[in-house]
Amino acid sequence: MAATTMTGAKPAESVARIAIKEALLTAFLVFMLAFLMIGFRTEAQQGQQLSYVTRFAAIAWGIILVPLGRILLVYNRHGRPMPALIGGGLAFVYLFGGALVAILFDVLVIPFNDYFGEAAGASGIPLPFADPIVDGVFGLGALYLVILALQTMRHTAHGILTLEQREAKEARSATRAKQLSLVLGPALLALAVVLPFTPWSDRVLVETMTLILTYVMLGWGLNIVVGLAGLLDLGYVAFYAVGAYSYAKLSTEFGLDFWGSLPLAGAFAAFFGVVLGFPVLRLRGDYLAIVTLGFGEMIRITLINWQAFTGGPNGITGIPRMTFFGVPFDRTPEEGTQSFHTLFGLEYSTMHRILFLYYVILGLALVTNFLTIRLRKMPIGRAWEALREDETACRALGINPTNTKLTAFALGAMLAGFAGSFFAVRQAFVSPESFVFLESAVILAIVVLGGMGSQVGVALAAVLLIGLPEVLRELSLYRMLAFGAVMVLIMLWRPRGLLAHREPTILLRRGSGKRPQKAGATT
Amino acid sequence: MSVTAAAMAEPDHTSLLKVTHLTMRFGGLVAIDDVSFVARQREITGIIGPNGAGKTTLFNCITGFYKPTVGRLELFRDGKVAYLLEQMEGYAIGQKARVARTFQNIRLFAGMSVLENLMVAQHNKLMLASGYTIFGVLGLPAYRKAERAAQEKAVHWLERVGLIDFADMSAGNLPYGAQRRLEIARAMCTDPTLLCLDEPAAGLNPRESAELNQLLLSIRDEYGIGVLLIEHDMSVVMGISDHIIVLDYGKKISDGTPAEVRNDPAVIRAYLGEEEEE
Repeated sequence: MAATTMTGAKPAESVARIAIKEALLTAFLVFMLAFLMIGFRTEAQQGQQLSYVTRFAAIAWGIILVPLGRILLVYNRHGRPMPALIGGGLAFVYLFGGALVAILFDVLVIPFNDYFGEAAGASGIPLPFADPIVDGVFGLGALYLVILALQTMRHTAHGILTLEQREAKEARSATRAKQLSLVLGPALLALAVVLPFTPWSDRVLVETMTLILTYVMLGWGLNIVVGLAGLLDLGYVAFYAVGAYSYAKLSTEFGLDFWGSLPLAGAFAAFFGVVLGFPVLRLRGDYLAIVTLGFGEMIRITLINWQAFTGGPNGITGIPRMTFFGVPFDRTPEEGTQSFHTLFGLEYSTMHRILFLYYVILGLALVTNFLTIRLRKMPIGRAWEALREDETACRALGINPTNTKLTAFALGAMLAGFAGSFFAVRQAFVSPESFVFLESAVILAIVVLGGMGSQVGVALAAVLLIGLPEVLRELSLYRMLAFGAVMVLIMLWRPRGLLAHREPTILLRRGSGKRPQKAGATT
Repeated sequence: MSVTAAAMAEPDHTSLLKVTHLTMRFGGLVAIDDVSFVARQREITGIIGPNGAGKTTLFNCITGFYKPTVGRLELFRDGKVAYLLEQMEGYAIGQKARVARTFQNIRLFAGMSVLENLMVAQHNKLMLASGYTIFGVLGLPAYRKAERAAQEKAVHWLERVGLIDFADMSAGNLPYGAQRRLEIARAMCTDPTLLCLDEPAAGLNPRESAELNQLLLSIRDEYGIGVLLIEHDMSVVMGISDHIIVLDYGKKISDGTPAEVRNDPAVIRAYLGEEEEE
């Protein structure tokens, strides 16, 4: 922001003129974007008929509010943060506060609509938009203006950062990320272990955590492929599907239990990884991404169409549920056999199986984590990272790029296969619907948001990305909007991921570690 | 082409690489046109020529990045032909024939530490020692010993090129000259029999150039390997080469000792015919 102050070498154009020009442009943009998408809303009438309502008032407010914000932004950019600070602050307090009151009012009053009549939203505060959540979002936008203004004020007070200062700042942030992961990792692990026994734990929480841990495991598995080996895989969910269907078929057709079919499911997924990987891995970057995307879809479409084997769109039902190493969790065990609660002399509870599932996925995820950390320090792990950095140099050093990539691909696929088996045993039902592209995208988002290569970061991102939509269920309609907003905010705040830092796999711990002088004064 | 006579002589026991009738065509463009020469062990063979003469293309053929259109590339070991490089897969030339190279535009693993760069260079040896990762993951002592040996070798080379104090720094943060030295150290960590250096002195100041000369001479003398050297910096080429090959428009125009090449009328014509060379 402040850099523009320096380059403002053309005094011919006053700030006011620039502001008005940009405001008009913004108003035009808002109009173009909103006219069709916001302006008309189709609604189903009674009797199947579609009709539409117009919402021109909302567009009008948008055309007024957004350019106003733009004007404040322009002033701020030219070193005058006060208007943005005051205007943004007032708008934030009014819009966000008003929206909050309106929502609270709704929540408190709607249940008693029977007594008060149609009083929804009648908090008495006049807000520009009909829906208080939209007002709230505008309020947050105003808050962003205030933050920008505060930043500008701080920068003008301290001067502009030099390159060295910026470098130092980045180094500090990397050290912070490192320290944070060191503390956060064990803390998260301890929390995960004791979570089911904390007083506020309940069935919903444990099931949500089980879901999150599945994605943590998938994220860590994909991290080997994307984070370490640098292969952009957009079809990762295909291997997850192979694992899930492997368990489904092995258990329903051959009567294998979970632990018996787990290695087989992993092997099948790894096999698919090699088969799909072999022709594809010669491709680089974007091309690889497109082809893996295609493979992901191919697997899903095969699952839909191969009726005889996969059950088509109906999937496979009646998959045997998780057992405690062969001992079922049934309420009434069959004649002459034990059930989990009779074996341990416990009162029957449906929580037993849920808790066991939770600890199984926790264990699987930890194995994945341990394997990744260990492999990174092996020659193969270093070769993966080297391939990510420069494939040509790798080839010149005698590293076989195809084999090295294939191992990463197969290993990632195997871990996805394990996770898929777990998914199938938890759901007791698999269908192609669970393995759509969006799943691949979410797993990839977890890896990227977490900070590629950072184990703790990936875990945190999984908690955010999978846990947040669950929490945000309250927002119903705006759930995905809020989800997107959080992702954008993370990328703005930490463009390289939540905890981006890379620890060398081998340290000498000798010497100063200082930046050597230019011109090789060291020899 | 009288100059080719010397090079076409039968290779003696010190021959390391024999290039015969090498031709590389890209569509209609002939980048290398029927080039033959011999590079010997314990010798630095300089390859010079004006821009676009085909020097880097020659390197790319030798190190397997290009498949030559015509020609034979024989690598000798103990006086016998051990490998036909033109028939080998790119990475195998590094792995089996042990031809190492550096790049004109430095290609380090910038995000990895200096020490890690040298560990990656010893990948194949470590991969075997780790039982293709299985013993390594289990933490068997044989692998740990191999890794320690690899680290010692890396430390040795870091000391040689004066980067030992920066071992744990990421390679991309090194200054330019240090990156050039690290790339040579990385190539040496692969235990090469032939080291191909593509303009190692580019971008170095005179003092760094002089240090580079010392390094290359000591590599030649202590390790007894052959060095192929592309260079524009005449003080480097003329100062340390035992033998120089001059290319122009893909053709070999001269071949001999530095003194012979310097007085060769064909070379003088090629260089003076060009505008600014350096």
